[in-house]
Amino acid sequence: MDLTERVLAGDRLALARLLTLLENDQPEGHDGLAALYSRTGHARIVGVTGASGTGKSTLVNRLALALRAAERAQTVGIVAVDPSSPYTGGAILGDRIRMRDLAGDPGVFIRSMASRGALGGLARTTFSVVEALDAAGFDMVLIETVGAGQTEVDIARMAHTTIVVDAPGLGDDVQAIKAGILEIADILVVNKADLPGADHAIQLLRASLQMAHPTRHEWAHHGLSEGPAAPPAESTWLPPVLPTVATQGEGVPALVEALEQHRAYLLKTGELALRQRERARAELESLLRDQLAARWRVAQPDGRFDAALERVVRREVAPRRAAADLAETGKG
Amino acid sequence: MEEKKIRVLIAKPGLDGHDRGAKVIARALRDAGMEVIYTGLRQTPEMVAEAALQEDVDAVGLSILSGAHMGLVPRVIELLRKQGQERVAVLIGGIIPDDDVAALQQAGVAAIFGPGTNTQSVIEAVRRAVADARARG
Repeated sequence: MDLTERVLAGDRLALARLLTLLENDQPEGHDGLAALYSRTGHARIVGVTGASGTGKSTLVNRLALALRAAERAQTVGIVAVDPSSPYTGGAILGDRIRMRDLAGDPGVFIRSMASRGALGGLARTTFSVVEALDAAGFDMVLIETVGAGQTEVDIARMAHTTIVVDAPGLGDDVQAIKAGILEIADILVVNKADLPGADHAIQLLRASLQMAHPTRHEWAHHGLSEGPAAPPAESTWLPPVLPTVATQGEGVPALVEALEQHRAYLLKTGELALRQRERARAELESLLRDQLAARWRVAQPDGRFDAALERVVRREVAPRRAAADLAETGKG
Repeated sequence: MEEKKIRVLIAKPGLDGHDRGAKVIARALRDAGMEVIYTGLRQTPEMVAEAALQEDVDAVGLSILSGAHMGLVPRVIELLRKQGQERVAVLIGGIIPDDDVAALQQAGVAAIFGPGTNTQSVIEAVRRAVADARARG
């Protein structure tokens, strides 16, 4: 049996190997995923993001436990991303520490990933890894991002539902109305809700959401194709703000319920199809960009890039101008 | 194409609660450019082997200060082999009496580090063990 057949047969080591090949950008990995692609599209993809120390891993642990214990137990794949050191390329991936309750359950598969220099809160290959888990038959894929600030919003393009985790005492009301991470929330969680200041944090988030949350996601892009028509105003989604104490599991049933409601909303309004299209577009564009850049590099006579770099460093030519010149001469 | 990163699982099987050494090693391997999956305290051999499988690591480092190494280490190696990961290098650190060293090496341990080992020699041992395992294909 080849690797993809073993993955489909439920061989966990084969799945782990495929994920490594994808992470390392190996051709066998790309071929494997290409062969499996028709099997994807069944998993529900949920992102969990938020600042460092808000309790994302602990919440993912509890959420997975709840999904496993539900009347119709769902199998759960977890992708947990932690940052790589920009200096050494090394990383400490510590999310499993908080997920030890899930050990020994064959319905759960946890994979840690280092961000490997990507800046959006995920690794460049996270999309492929999620697709592989989807093809392997997991009902739900939970993606935990690196501890995110205000700009690590890639997760919203990848997930069907994005949970943003906050905790008391992290920010004032100016933080709460900043664009970015709060705007991508489909569900807001105030974790550590047993700490002082939790009520205040919840009220603050509710108030700023009512003021500022966009009624639906409109991605700024340059594509030509039109999605389905906008959903009618009465069916817009206002993100709920839910208190949890993840260490104790408090509030987790309500979170599971909110995930169900959001799923129903996505299906009813047609927004699920819209998001899936947007997700495919983002991935296609980014791969295209990589491939065009790689092709351009190969087509360049040696040293042209370095010569341009030298001129930019000496401030003889502005970077944008240098890039335009390089792109122009690189066409043939 | 990316170079193949070395992925290492650092685990503390057994019941002792002292993970300072494990954390120092995890940090040193990170600074050497490796991706280190750190699983925390009180892992059973089954939990270690399962994490090694899901993470598809090249090496497993076990930190054991409790004296239970003769029970825990061969069990981890057996489980790794059983699940098809015979190429994963197993290294151990902690308080290991000289009398046990030969038996552990016999069981398949690639390297053993006692108190006072400098981190550079651990880094080199991991690199060497992983290179050997990859060369064996």
